Amino acid sequence: MLSAVDLAAVWLTFKLATVTTAILLMVGTPIAWWLAGAQSRFKILIGAVVALPLVLPPTVLGFYLLIALGPHGLVGQFTQWLGWGILPFTFAGLVVASALYSLPFVVQPLQQAFEAIGPRPLEVAATLRASPWDSFFTVVVPLAKPGFITAAILGFAHTVGEFGVVLMIGGNIQEKTRVVSVQIYDHVEALEYAEAHTLAGGMLLFSFLVLLALYSRKGRSAWT
Amino acid sequence: MKTWGLSLLTGLAFAAVSLTVQAAEVQVAVAANFTAPMQKIAAEFEKDTGHKALLAFGATGKFYAQIKNGAPFAVFLAADEKTPATLESEGDAVPGSRFTYAIGALVLWSAKPGFVDDQGAVLKKGEFQHLAIANPKTAPYGAEAIKVLTRLSLLDAIQPKLVTGENISQTYQFIVTGNAELGFVALSQVMFDGKLSSGSAWIVPADLHDPIRQDAVILAKGKDQPAAKALVEYLKGKKATAIIQSYGYNL
Repeated sequence: MLSAVDLAAVWLTFKLATVTTAILLMVGTPIAWWLAGAQSRFKILIGAVVALPLVLPPTVLGFYLLIALGPHGLVGQFTQWLGWGILPFTFAGLVVASALYSLPFVVQPLQQAFEAIGPRPLEVAATLRASPWDSFFTVVVPLAKPGFITAAILGFAHTVGEFGVVLMIGGNIQEKTRVVSVQIYDHVEALEYAEAHTLAGGMLLFSFLVLLALYSRKGRSAWT
Repeated sequence: MKTWGLSLLTGLAFAAVSLTVQAAEVQVAVAANFTAPMQKIAAEFEKDTGHKALLAFGATGKFYAQIKNGAPFAVFLAADEKTPATLESEGDAVPGSRFTYAIGALVLWSAKPGFVDDQGAVLKKGEFQHLAIANPKTAPYGAEAIKVLTRLSLLDAIQPKLVTGENISQTYQFIVTGNAELGFVALSQVMFDGKLSSGSAWIVPADLHDPIRQDAVILAKGKDQPAAKALVEYLKGKKATAIIQSYGYNL
């Protein structure tokens, strides 16, 4: 049913979403933890920066990424200095872009889960002589598990649904940057509506099932 | 003599009034590569006729899908000759209104001065990481770029370095930001008033690819719009032709 090219796009999208989600859980957890506990006046500032991709058009993010990651941009000059070349048109570049783009979808559920725990369980753990690291992994992580699951699902699904940013920095290279959403766009542009329907229908079903799973989890609120 | 002058004045006033009464808006779908010249032509068109052309720019395939699904465009300036012909045969365009408004020229361009030589030898040397083209599946300029590389027997060597823009504007964007060192774009994008506006370029000889004929057509929605007809006539006129040629199109 799916052509080899379409399958390659599906596999690439899955790979991109998996890598991005893994990185976001690692990077997003400390950010969310800090945001949940911080009294600093930078909290509002950082919180707003993290939430920016929620409201920015992907074209804005894509445009600035294309310039920043390009050979004349700050990041581009840094990656060239490291000998990595430039990031646009590479899988690594898509990971960087997707991580930025999906950041709030991971940080916000985590932050809310951490806030819901409150300081009390940690204080108890501290009186039992648990080190901060120990209590984070044995107390916070289990208590915030629903938040981690929500964060992972949303981060994954949002990356799968990404289009504009990838379009602007990807360069549409098969097996490297041609994800499903771009492939659908190409099919529609080339008037290959049958192929477009197969992939688009699949995306619709996938997104619906993800949200269904999210909303039906033990009747909990979808966000915590 | 006096009455003659008076009647002339009255006549002129009437003409002016009737012109403003007739002035209308016409919605036009324009191929991305024709953006700059069309903006100029539309401004002149409004000055000369009073009609206002509302322009939408984009990929020809996308416009086709939109037109098939009820988009309100009255005139379509496509990037190819196939799409307007298809629309006409499917009853979505006014029969017999098709004409070639421009023949595009392909150029190998780099934002870096001196990077592209005037013989295109830079392609053979291959000292670059990325070469940008428009999507050959959907954009005529991309398809012709592939033909050029094929006829130069360089396609296999350059294939791994190809990056694809969704249309010719995005391809330009990849090159102008330096992310791709060079690429094939429309001459109209890098030429202004008969001169290269920046960087370095090789105008690809016409025998290395097929002519990129760009056809325009009046769409079914524009059948009874005088402004649509006026715009098409204006496009064929001297003033528009001069503008089109100044951007490096042949006619």
